[in-house]
Amino acid sequence: MISSKFVAAFALGSIALLSVGAGVSRAQSHVDTPDPSLGTPSVNTEESHIGNLTGHALEGKHLYRRYCIGCHGPAGDGNGMNAQWIDPKPRDFTEATFKCRSTPTGTLPTDQDLYNAITRGFVTTNMPSWRPLTEQQRADLVAFVKTWSPRWAKEKPGDVLVIPAETPVTIESILHGRELFQKLECWKCHGPAGHGDGPSAGTLTDSKDNPIRPYNFSTGTRFMCGETNQDLYRIFMTGLDGSPMPSFHDTLQGNDPWDLVHFLRTLQVSLPSKENDLWRSYVASHGKDIKPIGPDAANGGQ
Amino acid sequence: MRLKYLAALALTALVGSSVVLFAKAPAGGGSITGKVTYTGTPPKMKPIDMSKEPSCAKQHATPVMTQNVTTGPGNSLQWVVVYISAGEEGSTATSQPVRYDQKGCEYLPHVLPMEVGQQLMIYNDDQTSHNIHPLAKVNSEWNKSQPPGSPAIDTKWEKAEFIPVKCNIHPWMHGYFVVLKTPHYSVTGDDGSFDLKGLPAGKYTVTAWQEQYGTQSQDVTIAGNESKAINFVFKAMPY
Repeated sequence: MISSKFVAAFALGSIALLSVGAGVSRAQSHVDTPDPSLGTPSVNTEESHIGNLTGHALEGKHLYRRYCIGCHGPAGDGNGMNAQWIDPKPRDFTEATFKCRSTPTGTLPTDQDLYNAITRGFVTTNMPSWRPLTEQQRADLVAFVKTWSPRWAKEKPGDVLVIPAETPVTIESILHGRELFQKLECWKCHGPAGHGDGPSAGTLTDSKDNPIRPYNFSTGTRFMCGETNQDLYRIFMTGLDGSPMPSFHDTLQGNDPWDLVHFLRTLQVSLPSKENDLWRSYVASHGKDIKPIGPDAANGGQ
Repeated sequence: MRLKYLAALALTALVGSSVVLFAKAPAGGGSITGKVTYTGTPPKMKPIDMSKEPSCAKQHATPVMTQNVTTGPGNSLQWVVVYISAGEEGSTATSQPVRYDQKGCEYLPHVLPMEVGQQLMIYNDDQTSHNIHPLAKVNSEWNKSQPPGSPAIDTKWEKAEFIPVKCNIHPWMHGYFVVLKTPHYSVTGDDGSFDLKGLPAGKYTVTAWQEQYGTQSQDVTIAGNESKAINFVFKAMPY
């Protein structure tokens, strides 16, 4: 039944369908549910809204063909000509799963989230910053990207995470954040010292089964989804959908997230920060009392 | 919010059973029973090395085996979901929740069928953090951390789909949520048997799904309170 559906889909004759073959093996696992339409997106009605800007998919389509198609592909599924040379792989827009969101895990991002991603680019990947495009052009691209999945027509973006004012950076906050890093087992992937070398790090794959590395804090590079403390807060609270990084929203309460942010900053040993200064002076005076992070601490019955 | 969780916990405790084979009271007297077997050579299941997670490893006297093709005596196939895929009148989703446990770094049960919209409660019974990551395609994928002692995750699925579930922290953990549009389903036990009860008279399509070998279907007509026997045979490949 499914194969006949695909035959029908091919008959539509759009080049946008070139990649459907790759999806067939997965499609057999669906229970009589219509597959996401991979046909030519209906670009007439799609808009994006970022602040005062209104983006138009029809405009975005031309920009996409010029700037994005090489990696993200003619079908928007991340299978562009360059994709085979790229790691991590370009985003597959047909799944509408996005890493950098201000919305809960499993929900669509806001237009602003997509706009920020295009604007910022993804450091350590092949996705550059698109600041050279005008703000209007970036808004148009957001509108067009949203035409690749039917989810955008059926669902609304999730509720934007409310980030409370940052708590003061204190040694108590850092120490509590360190306890959370141990207890929540962040170190299983990110490593006891945040080097991205935890016991599970080598086994990680993204949702398309491509190997993926956890962030190595010691490099001090910008994060995937920004560089401020707010960005860091948002990353672990909403999770990076499509990757192994889960959401900790249901787990962290009160000031916990800020405490974790303050501790994580101390793992970025190469970056000057207030957190690092405080932590270093604490280590100098209390070094002997600090229990190492990792399996030994867990077995020590914290 | 806490209260809600407590209420949900209490409700689940009342319901008790961990595998709900029949989510709904019988609506008719007919039934379809049978057995799922294989021909050919299935892959050998491998022992799982949990030494990286001592708190889980010590819960298992003998190593846990992988479960993607679980066989039993007489070439029987376990963890096959057999369900009514066509021929039913519309039904309302069962109000009773289904329960999914992470225990000893395993998913219990390995394959959990449920109805569209049915409440799904996910528990972490371990002394280690898990991240529960359903790799949904038709529904939306999500990924949540669940440290020891966390409240249950209270969720549901909107659309029918076979959803692989994994834990990225413990990469050997694999399971499936099987989200169906029917209350009539059964998961085969180690003897490969299934039992679809409470079917009104009618013509049905019965589908069997195995995680590695996909689906196959048969048409069955039931008259009155008849009990029909059908069997499914999957062709097993060693890889």
